[in-house]
Amino acid sequence: MSTFLHYFSYPFVQYALIVGVLIALCSSLLGVTLVLKRFSFIGDGLSHVAFGALAIATVLQLTNEMLLILPITMATAILLLRTGQKAHIKGDASLAMLSVGALALGYLLMNVFSESANISGDVCSTLFGSTSILTLGTEDVWLCGIMSVIVILLFLMFYRQIFSVTFDEDFAAATGVRTNLYNLLIAVITAIVIVVAMNLVGSLLISALVIFPALSAMRIFKNFKAVILCSAVISVLAAALGIILSIMGPPIGSTIVAVNIGIFFVFSLIGRIKK
Amino acid sequence: MAQLICRDLTLGYEGKTVAEQIDFAVHKGDYLCIVGENGSGKSTLIKALLHLKKPLSGTITFGDGLTQKKIGYLPQQTVIQRDFPASVQEIVLSGCLSGLGPFYTKEQKARAQMNIEKMGIADLAKRCYRELSGGQQQRVLLARALCATRELLLLDEPVTGLDPKVTLEMYDLITLLNKEDGITVIMVSHDIGAAVQYADHILHVSRKPLFFGTTEDYLKTSIGSAFTKKGGERK
Ligand SMILES: Nc1ncnc2c1ncn2[C@@H]1O[C@H](COP(=O)(O)OP(=O)(O)O)[C@@H](O)[C@H]1O
Ligand SMILES: [Mg+2]
Repeated sequence: MSTFLHYFSYPFVQYALIVGVLIALCSSLLGVTLVLKRFSFIGDGLSHVAFGALAIATVLQLTNEMLLILPITMATAILLLRTGQKAHIKGDASLAMLSVGALALGYLLMNVFSESANISGDVCSTLFGSTSILTLGTEDVWLCGIMSVIVILLFLMFYRQIFSVTFDEDFAAATGVRTNLYNLLIAVITAIVIVVAMNLVGSLLISALVIFPALSAMRIFKNFKAVILCSAVISVLAAALGIILSIMGPPIGSTIVAVNIGIFFVFSLIGRIKK
Repeated sequence: MAQLICRDLTLGYEGKTVAEQIDFAVHKGDYLCIVGENGSGKSTLIKALLHLKKPLSGTITFGDGLTQKKIGYLPQQTVIQRDFPASVQEIVLSGCLSGLGPFYTKEQKARAQMNIEKMGIADLAKRCYRELSGGQQQRVLLARALCATRELLLLDEPVTGLDPKVTLEMYDLITLLNKEDGITVIMVSHDIGAAVQYADHILHVSRKPLFFGTTEDYLKTSIGSAFTKKGGERK
């Protein structure tokens, strides 16, 4: 136990915990809206695009990869939410195309141009986020922290409008809410969260972080505020637990997702029983 | 001065005309029913009045202190997700949409409470919306619309899917809002029998508008009497 506590004196463990909790909080806030707007699949597609962008940034040997990844992901998010509003099957297929395409091209780029000796290791950690969070520097922590705070503040400030746009877009627009603006806001926040969360769980597992807490909370709670609060708590706890468990060996990203899956089953069960 | 004036409206999608030459005016306290067959463009007209959909041509002007933000709207068959977690109170409150931050003001809460009571759903306030019956859901959405307006209600087929008893209650509620609170009502309906019974003005849309005027005059026209007779036979 004492060796276990000993880990917390390492700054990189503290950093990982702070960043992990912030990311978890952001992604759960956003997750409820994305799930209810039937946009969960967009989160998934975006994370693949972010991976592709990361590959480009690596090839170009940019010192700050965020500067490229964030704009590309944001632009894609805006484009997708625009077309996603009338989610046709066609839109679905083109999203799948985009996401798989970005994944494949990203891997190709990394393989052909990267000078690193351990390409598959690099790729694996960007996809599954295995070690990257334990190698965060102070700078990354600040960046992550600032972005998270921005996301949380935006969410609080526009909570009512986001509810309205999520629940009934036509009514919101009819009463003078600028729904396009808020959809844009949601798209931008989604992009930020995904790019930031890539550090924690890797790009393949982000959607789990976004979707699971919201779905778990919806098993039990039946009003919006409670669902938001509950999914925030679930997400933060799962992230913290996952990070702590991963100190003992297992990869962070998949551990957090595993904890989330466990919580989902418990909540589903409770939801069943309550009925 | 009229609250709402439509001049020579043409409505349609992607250049395809749905209805044209729509001309009418609504004054404070009017109860206008828009009738017509399915697909004749009634919902499209409502969306145009709400500025959700641009008319292909023609003008819509507000007057008498009315602005778009002061309109209360009850959508036709809101496509609300089956599993949406929202309490009645949250939904009614969302009709008061000014201001930022996660909290509503005291006045907004009082207003929501007042409308919840007016719609007779006070005992449902904490319940989950999706677990209510169709009639209860419509009352919730009507309370929400009332939070957005004291002036004008736009109701798109508010009784579709309700059973006859609940339908009557809904119509009575709307009449009460019109008569007691002086709220202007524009209601879409394909139940012409109910329209002529409750409304004081009728707009009959088809590809071209067949009629606009008072209910009394409508009954005298050949279309009016033909349609009401048809409606009567069905019952
Ligand atoms: N989003 C849309 N895009 C294209 N055509 C539409 C759209 N919505 C409705 N329409 C068409 O416009 C016509 C009028 O529709 P609508 O206004 O909903 O009729 P109503 O409410 O009178 O039943 C219909 O023929 C319908 O197919
Ligand atoms: Mg309609």
